[in-house]
Amino acid sequence: MHEQAWEQLPLWISLPVSLLLVLGGCIALIGCLGLLRLPHFYQRIHGPAITITLGAGCILIASMLLFSALETRPVVHELLITLFVLLTAPMVSMLVMRAAVYRDLRKRRARPGTKDGEDEVYPVTQTQSRGDR
Amino acid sequence: MKRLLPSPLLSLVLLFTWLLMNQSLEVAHLLLGTLLAIIAPLLARPLQPHGYARIRRPLALLRLLAHASVEVLRSCFNVSRIILFARPEGLNSQFIRIPLDMRSPHGLALLAGIINLTPGTVWVEVLPDSHELALHVFDLHDAQWWIDTIKGQYEVPLMEIFEG
Repeated sequence: MHEQAWEQLPLWISLPVSLLLVLGGCIALIGCLGLLRLPHFYQRIHGPAITITLGAGCILIASMLLFSALETRPVVHELLITLFVLLTAPMVSMLVMRAAVYRDLRKRRARPGTKDGEDEVYPVTQTQSRGDR
Repeated sequence: MKRLLPSPLLSLVLLFTWLLMNQSLEVAHLLLGTLLAIIAPLLARPLQPHGYARIRRPLALLRLLAHASVEVLRSCFNVSRIILFARPEGLNSQFIRIPLDMRSPHGLALLAGIINLTPGTVWVEVLPDSHELALHVFDLHDAQWWIDTIKGQYEVPLMEIFEG
């Protein structure tokens, strides 16, 4: 039954679905390329952001379109995936970022005067009291 | 009513989530979902030190989210272009500080969510002494532009929505 549905998929569904899948795949690839190409940690953290927003978004919309057409009823529970991704992804990037910043600050405090290895330096001065959290 | 339903919006979202998960509108699922939507916020209430958010201007919230989505899309293409075509050495990645006036924890949480979802910016923290936001920008051209944009386009509407 499913094979038949696949073959009878009208063009106006299959065209946007394929376009969205290709676009989503390309965006995800670019995000990974960012991880590969960018030299510093603070730059690499920006790569996956495009994967989780536009990349995941395109693929989820394509999935909703395709399965709604195949099963001839609205299939929208992909919205849940969107919701959970949108809720968790910002937390993760913030936590990873803070972990990196605190690690750098600690390194700088342990060996004052040495360079961090990263070009950019977190702007907080050492006079501000910041315990090792 | 207020005691039974501390946050009607949260309850609605929970019911909606339950129905989506089960993919059905049968009475049994509706009843179970409603029960869940009433009990879960009551049980989770002690976990929320600031209480549930009160949204004073729902329309402004929708407008803000629509605007933020467009910004996310634009930033996606900008960051993709930089990753694909720019030389990594020429990138000016910087931490900047943005003075914040908003105190509402819910508003700050939503601001953090929007900023972190926008490719090219990552929220680090709100500095406790000066109440400034430390923000990392992928490719910085003009720090003042970022301060104006975040304060004008996001902070002012968020203060209207949550602090009213």
